[in-house]
Amino acid sequence: MAKVDFRLVMPERELLAVDADMVVVPGSEGDFGVLPGHAPLISTVRPGVLEVFQGGKAEARFLVVGGFAEVTGTRCTVLAEEAMALADVSADQLAEREKTAERDLAEAGDDAARARGERGLSIARELRRAQAFALSRA
Amino acid sequence: MPSLKSYRLRIRSVQSTQKITKAMKMVAAAKLRRAQEQATAARPYAEAMDKILASLGQGAAGGTGPRLLAGTGADKVHLLVVATADRGLCGAFNSSIVREARRVVRALLAEGKTVKILCVGRKGRDQLRRDFASLIVDTISDLGRPRLSFGDAQKVSARVLAMFEAGEFDICSLIFNRFKSAMTQIVTRQQLIPPPPPEGEAQAPAGGAVHEFEPDEGEILADLLPRNLTVQVFRALLENAASFYGSQMTAMDNASRNAGDVIKKLTLQMNRSRQASITKELIEIISGAEAI
Repeated sequence: MAKVDFRLVMPERELLAVDADMVVVPGSEGDFGVLPGHAPLISTVRPGVLEVFQGGKAEARFLVVGGFAEVTGTRCTVLAEEAMALADVSADQLAEREKTAERDLAEAGDDAARARGERGLSIARELRRAQAFALSRA
Repeated sequence: MPSLKSYRLRIRSVQSTQKITKAMKMVAAAKLRRAQEQATAARPYAEAMDKILASLGQGAAGGTGPRLLAGTGADKVHLLVVATADRGLCGAFNSSIVREARRVVRALLAEGKTVKILCVGRKGRDQLRRDFASLIVDTISDLGRPRLSFGDAQKVSARVLAMFEAGEFDICSLIFNRFKSAMTQIVTRQQLIPPPPPEGEAQAPAGGAVHEFEPDEGEILADLLPRNLTVQVFRALLENAASFYGSQMTAMDNASRNAGDVIKKLTLQMNRSRQASITKELIEIISGAEAI
């Protein structure tokens, strides 16, 4: 069976490069699955859970933050600003992150800092939600 | 002729200097390897980014794209981002960057352009301040501790973007050292805003695939361009870090060798003067004995 050449890359390094049966990417307009032969697509990625399927079940799951996905018939590349294995992150860590983001927002001095704080907070919230949802399904 | 003791003291002092330079060389070598690994690890992201940009560029070609891609249309005000290191003891690393920066600034000023300088790294600021203190807008330092991260690059690019959005410059370029080998680093000037057109545009429709865009091209571009800027800065900073350690390693290697030479010379002089004094004493004894 044909496989998708999947790569998950962060600015600092390549996190994962495998041949997968299917990849589910959290696109900004909704999740989409990538199978071999997918139509070429470039999409932005929202903070959420990315799943790599091998033989019918999700073999690896990652929390990704912002970025892009490029899909061609044979390959799927996800550029994530941040990515971490779902199993490596606890709910507490994300709750902590949300609290930090809230504090940053409260302390923001100027407009630029406020915008950054708001963005950080919404990312943290989205991540928590995505994680809770992924865990409830597992 | 200096006494034996003063020779011995001088030799000892050069020896301890040599110990320091040797140790610094080892440290630089280890850090150089790490920096190179980091640069290699960062390559896939930059390459994937280039690919996406290339396929987007096909649609947005023609100068109608967002300002980050097309520029402001003017070239009156230039922003130079001069990336140096925070520390010295690295041979000509900092001075070669600064020399190029000076040359570029002079050339631009001679053409009647306005120049603004954003220094990354303390050493560049210290040297440029002598000639162009009034042109320096800001200095960003203490990057890359303990190691260079994407966040560091974001600090720089956020500053550049804020200035661009405020309309403070038209063209932005970056001066840094491209790493070739531990011995050679090439001072490079790279234009960031607007980005130079990609080379080999003729073969652009690679694979013939026309992508679908989600949400749409414009929005993706608006999201991608600032990020691409950060990636370019990140890549340059990584190259710079590798160059810095390479340069430092070479410089410290030279210093250790020089110290070795000095020690050899001093030892020779010390032995000569010792023999001279022995001979002198012998002559005194013999001529004393003969006199009796």
